[in-house]
Amino acid sequence: MKRIVCEACGHSNAEGTVLCQSCGKPIEKNQHIDGNEKTKLLNMRYDGSARRSQTYNKSFVDKIWNFFSSVKVGVWLIVLTLLASALGTIFPQEMYIPQDVQPLDHYREQYGIAGQIYYQLGLHNLYSSWWYMILIALIGISIVVASIDRVVPLYKALKMQKPKRHETFLKRQRLFSQTNQPSLNDKEKFLERLKSKRYKLTEEDGHILAEKGRFTRWGPYVNHLGLIIFLIGALLRFVPFMYIDEFVWVREGETLPIKGTEREYYIENNDFIFETYDEEEDRKFAEALQNQSAPVASNYQTDAVIYRNHEAELVGAEPDLEKVKEGSIRVNHPLKIDGFSLYQSSYQSEFSTMSFYIHETDDKDEQELANFTVDLSNPVNHYELDNGFEVELVRYMPDYYLDDGEPKSKTDYPNNPAFVFAVYPPDASEPEYSFAGIGRNIDATGENDYKIALNGFDVQYVTGLAVKRDYTLPILMIGGLIFMIGVVQGLYWQHRRIWIHPKGNELWVAAHTNKNWYGLKREIDTLMEDTSLIRVVDQQEQK
Amino acid sequence: MDGLVSISSNFLYLAFVLYLAATFFFGGTIRSKNSTSSQTWVSRVAIGLTILGFLASVVYFILRWIASGHAPVSNLFEFTTFFGMMLVLAFIVMYFIYRLNILGLFVLPVALLIIAYASMFPTELSPLVPSLKSHWLYIHVTTVSLGEAVLAVSFAAGLIYLIKEVDQSYRSKRTTWLEIIIYSLYATLGFVVISSIFSATDYNATFEVTNESGVSTLEYHLPAITGPADGTLVTTDRMEPWFDTPGWMNGAEAPRKFNTLLWSFAVGLVFYLITRLILRKRIAAAIQPYLRKVNSDLVDEISYRAVAIGFPIFTLGGLIFAMIWAQEAWNRYWGWDPKEVWALITWFFYAAFLHLRLSQGWHGEKSAWLAVVGFAIIMFNLIAVNLVLAGLHSYA
Amino acid sequence: MGKIEEANNKKQKKKRKRLLFRSILLAIMFGALLFAVISSLSGDSKQVEVGDQAPNFQLKQVNGENGGQAVTFEQFKGKGIMLNFWATWCPPCEAEMPYMQSLYPEYKEKGVEILAVSSDDTEKVIHDFIDKHDLTFPVLHDKKEEVFNQYGVLSYPTSLFINPEGEVVEIVEGPLTLERLEEYFQQIVPENG
Repeated sequence: MKRIVCEACGHSNAEGTVLCQSCGKPIEKNQHIDGNEKTKLLNMRYDGSARRSQTYNKSFVDKIWNFFSSVKVGVWLIVLTLLASALGTIFPQEMYIPQDVQPLDHYREQYGIAGQIYYQLGLHNLYSSWWYMILIALIGISIVVASIDRVVPLYKALKMQKPKRHETFLKRQRLFSQTNQPSLNDKEKFLERLKSKRYKLTEEDGHILAEKGRFTRWGPYVNHLGLIIFLIGALLRFVPFMYIDEFVWVREGETLPIKGTEREYYIENNDFIFETYDEEEDRKFAEALQNQSAPVASNYQTDAVIYRNHEAELVGAEPDLEKVKEGSIRVNHPLKIDGFSLYQSSYQSEFSTMSFYIHETDDKDEQELANFTVDLSNPVNHYELDNGFEVELVRYMPDYYLDDGEPKSKTDYPNNPAFVFAVYPPDASEPEYSFAGIGRNIDATGENDYKIALNGFDVQYVTGLAVKRDYTLPILMIGGLIFMIGVVQGLYWQHRRIWIHPKGNELWVAAHTNKNWYGLKREIDTLMEDTSLIRVVDQQEQK
Repeated sequence: MDGLVSISSNFLYLAFVLYLAATFFFGGTIRSKNSTSSQTWVSRVAIGLTILGFLASVVYFILRWIASGHAPVSNLFEFTTFFGMMLVLAFIVMYFIYRLNILGLFVLPVALLIIAYASMFPTELSPLVPSLKSHWLYIHVTTVSLGEAVLAVSFAAGLIYLIKEVDQSYRSKRTTWLEIIIYSLYATLGFVVISSIFSATDYNATFEVTNESGVSTLEYHLPAITGPADGTLVTTDRMEPWFDTPGWMNGAEAPRKFNTLLWSFAVGLVFYLITRLILRKRIAAAIQPYLRKVNSDLVDEISYRAVAIGFPIFTLGGLIFAMIWAQEAWNRYWGWDPKEVWALITWFFYAAFLHLRLSQGWHGEKSAWLAVVGFAIIMFNLIAVNLVLAGLHSYA
Repeated sequence: MGKIEEANNKKQKKKRKRLLFRSILLAIMFGALLFAVISSLSGDSKQVEVGDQAPNFQLKQVNGENGGQAVTFEQFKGKGIMLNFWATWCPPCEAEMPYMQSLYPEYKEKGVEILAVSSDDTEKVIHDFIDKHDLTFPVLHDKKEEVFNQYGVLSYPTSLFINPEGEVVEIVEGPLTLERLEEYFQQIVPENG
C-alpha cells in the first residue's frame, strides 16, 4: 500500500484518494475515479476519500469482497429482486389458491399453458424458493460490505478535514464567490450570523470552516444497520425455538390444550359470536349493504378462558387446571398469554344435537308417537322412549357420504350427520331398521311400520384460532426503528459546509452541501444580507 | 346522517372547483416576465386558492368521518380521494420550500384527475369488515398515501424536466415515451368523461355468469366491449360484447373493470388524437416553449427532494405500519399478498433510485425518467393490482 | 534500513488483519445464507424421529380387558410396540387394519403389542369400527389429539415401530402391506420373547 503525499500541504493520503483529505487539493493521477477530469466542478462524494474496494484486488477473498462492495452490484441485486418479486404476482401464489385442489390442475385449468409453465418453474412458491432467498441474502451481504468500505474512509475524511483548503478545491466547488476588499465588519457580521444559524466554526490562520449537520452523513450507514438487524430477525425465524405457529379448533363449551404450549395452557371456548351489519340498525350503511349480495360481517369473537395446567408431564392424563385469564379474542385484538398470542382466524358451524320423532308410516298427518335427541358430541347407544318405544343407535356417520354404495364418513366433524337406527316398537321384539339424516329418511326393507323423521337440530360454532409465539418480532421492530432513524437522519437534514478563505485583499467563499443546493444558496444569501460580500454563485447553472 | 354526507360531498366539490381555479392562476404565472419562481399577485392568488381548496377537502374528510364513524379511507372512492388530498398537501409543502409556480400547473391537474377518478367509484358509506376495524386502518392508509403523494410530486417535477429537456427537434424513443406518459393522463380523463356520460344516462347491462359456485350476475355501466367468460347478456337492447375477458383476470368483477379500462384507453386515444390534430405537433413539443424559463437544476432538485422526503414516509406507512397491522389482524407481518409485494417493489425501486443518484451520479434526465417510472409503479399498485390481481386488499 | 523494514512489517500485519477480517465476515454471512436455504428446504422437523426414545403418554382404552380405563404407554414396556395413529374416516387406515388384526394373535405371543390410537371425535364411531373389523388389539382414544401432537403426526395413518428398549426403529407414513408389516414386526420382536 503506497501513501500519496499531498504536494500542497504535505498530508499523507491513502492510495486511491481523489481529494487530499486535509486540504482538498485534487490528487492528479486519481481524478478519473470520480470523473473529475472532464468537469469544472469537483465530485464530492465520500469527500474524495479512498474507497478500499477500488484499490485492492489481490486475493480471492478480496475479489469477493470488492464485488459486494460495489454500489453498482448492489443496485443490480435490487433490480433483480424487484423483477423477481413482480414475477411472483403474475398468478396467485400457491397459498392463495383453493386448498382442496391439486395445484398443478388448478394452474392449468385457470391459466392454461402459461399457468402450467408457471407451476413447473416453481414460480407458484417463488418467495420461499431457494433462489429468491439467495437474492435477498446477497443484498444483505452487499449492504454490509459496501457500508464498511465507505463509512470508515468517510469518517476519517470528515474528521481530518482542515479549515484551510486548497484554492483549486474552493474554486471548483459548486457555490463560490470572490469579494474584493470586504469590510472586516461585514465578515464578522457574516460569521456571527453563521453561528446563530448553528454552524460550527473552526479556524486556522484566518481560514474558517463553518459546518453543520455532519451527522446526516451517517444516515445511510445507520439505515443499513437497521436493515441488517431486520434481516437477522427474519433469519432467526428458522430457529424452531424462536417461532411457533400452530392452529387450534375449539368448539363452544370445549376445553382443549393450546398447541405449541406443551400442554402448559388450555383454552375453553365459552362462546363464539358472529355478527353482521343490519340495514335497520346501521342505517348509514344501508345503501352499501343493499348492493352486497351476502351479509357483511361486523364481528368475529371468541369469549375464552385460559387455564394453566399443573400436570403437564404425562400427555393425555387429566389436566390439573387453574384459571389464569379470561377475555375475548377478536380480529385485530389477539389475546396474549406468556409470549403466546391467540388470533381469531376462522370459524365453522356444525351440528351439536339432532332430534327425531317416530310416527306410523301410513299416517298422513305424521303424528308424533315418541321423540328422542342425539347428542352428537357423545352419542348414546340406547334410547328408551314414550309409549314403550326403544331405539338403538346402530351406526353413526358424522360427515356422511356414499362410497360405492357404502355409507361412510368423510371426517369426524358433524357436518352432515347420518344414522342407522334400530327401532323397537312396543308390540314387537324384532327391530325395524331405518337410515336417517339431513334430507334422508330411508326404510331399510320397505316394510317398516314406523318411520323416523327429523324434528330439529342445534348448531354450534367451532372457533379457529391461530397460536403464535414469535421472539423475532422485537428484533424486527428494532431493525425497523433503526432503519427509520437512519433514513430520516440521512434524508431530512443536510450536511452544509462553508469555507471562508482570505486571499490577499480578497475574501473567497465556497460552499458545499450533500443536497438542497437551492436551500443552501438561499441561506447564504440571507446571511450575507446588507453586507458588501458578494453572493455565492451556483457555478453549475452557469455552464 | 344523510345530510352530513351530502354537506361533506359539497365540500369536496368545492375543493375541486378551487383546485381548478388555482390551476388557471398557476397557468397565468407562465406569462410573467421574470423567472418561474418569482412571487407576483397571480402566484399568490394561485397558492391561496390551493390552500383554500385543501382546507375544503379537510372539511369533507372530517364530516365524512363523523358521518360514517370511521376514517374515510376504507373503500376505493375514499382512499383515492384521500390520495388526491395528500397530493395537494405535498405540493403545498414543496411549494413553500421552493416557490416554483410551474409545479402547481402540473401537480394540480394530476390531483384533479385523481379526485375525478375517485368519484367514479361508489360513493356511499361502507361498513367495515372485522379485519379493517383497527386504528391501524387510518394510521397505515394515511401514511402510505401521504408518502405516495410526495413521491408523485417527484413525478410531476420529473415530467417538467423531461418536457423541457428532451430534444423535440426530431423523433426519438424519448419523445415517444414522453407522449405515452401524456397519453396515460388523457386515458384517465377518458375514464372520467365516459363514466360520467353513461352514469348520467343510467346505462345498465346485466350479465349472468356461471361458474363453480353457481350463477351470479355482473352489472355493467358501460357498453360491454369485453364480456365475462361464460356470461350471457340478460338485459335487452344492449350491445353484445365483442370478446371474452381473459380468464387470468382474477379480481372481484374483473370483466367489468377490464371493460372500463378498454373504454378509458379508447376515449383517451380520441382526446389525444384530437389534441394532436389541433396542435399539429407532439404535445410535449407544444408545451416545451412555455417552460423555457424554468430552471432545470431546480426542478431536478425538487424531483430528488420529493423522493428524499417521500421515501421515509412511504417506508413507515407502506411497510412498517403495514407489517405491524398485518401482525395484529392476520397474525403474520408479511404474507406476500400482491399489494404487499408491489409495495415492496415500490420500495426497492426508490431505494435503487437513491443509490443511483447519490452514488452513481444519476442526475438530470436519467433521474427524471426514474421518477416517472416510480410513479407508474405506484399507480399500478393503486389501480391495476385491485383490477387484475385478487388479494386481501381488493376492496372495490 | 530498520525503519523501512518496520514500516513494511506494519503494512504486512495490517494487510493480514484486513484479510482475516474480510474472510471471517464473509464466512459468517455465507454461513447464514446457507443456514437459511437449508432450513427452508428441509421443512418442518419431526417431534419424534427414528432413534429417539418413544415418549410416554396416557389415554383411555376403548376395547378389550382394559376397556374404559386409562392406560399408559409405559405399561407395555419390554414389548415390541407398533404405535398406529389412525381415524375411522380415513380409508387407507381402514385398509391396513385387517393386516394388523391378522398378524396380531401370532405376534402377541412373541411379545409384540399393537396400540392403535384414534383421533376420532366420538367413541361411538370407534366402537362401530372395532365391531366391523373384529379388532382385538388395544384401541386408544386421543380425542384432543394430544398424543398426535406429541408425536408430531401429520398424515393418516402413521405407524411407529418401537423396540423393547423403547427406541423408535421405524416411522411409516401411509398404509402398510401385509409383507411390510411383518418385516417391521420382526424388527421389534423381543429376543427371548
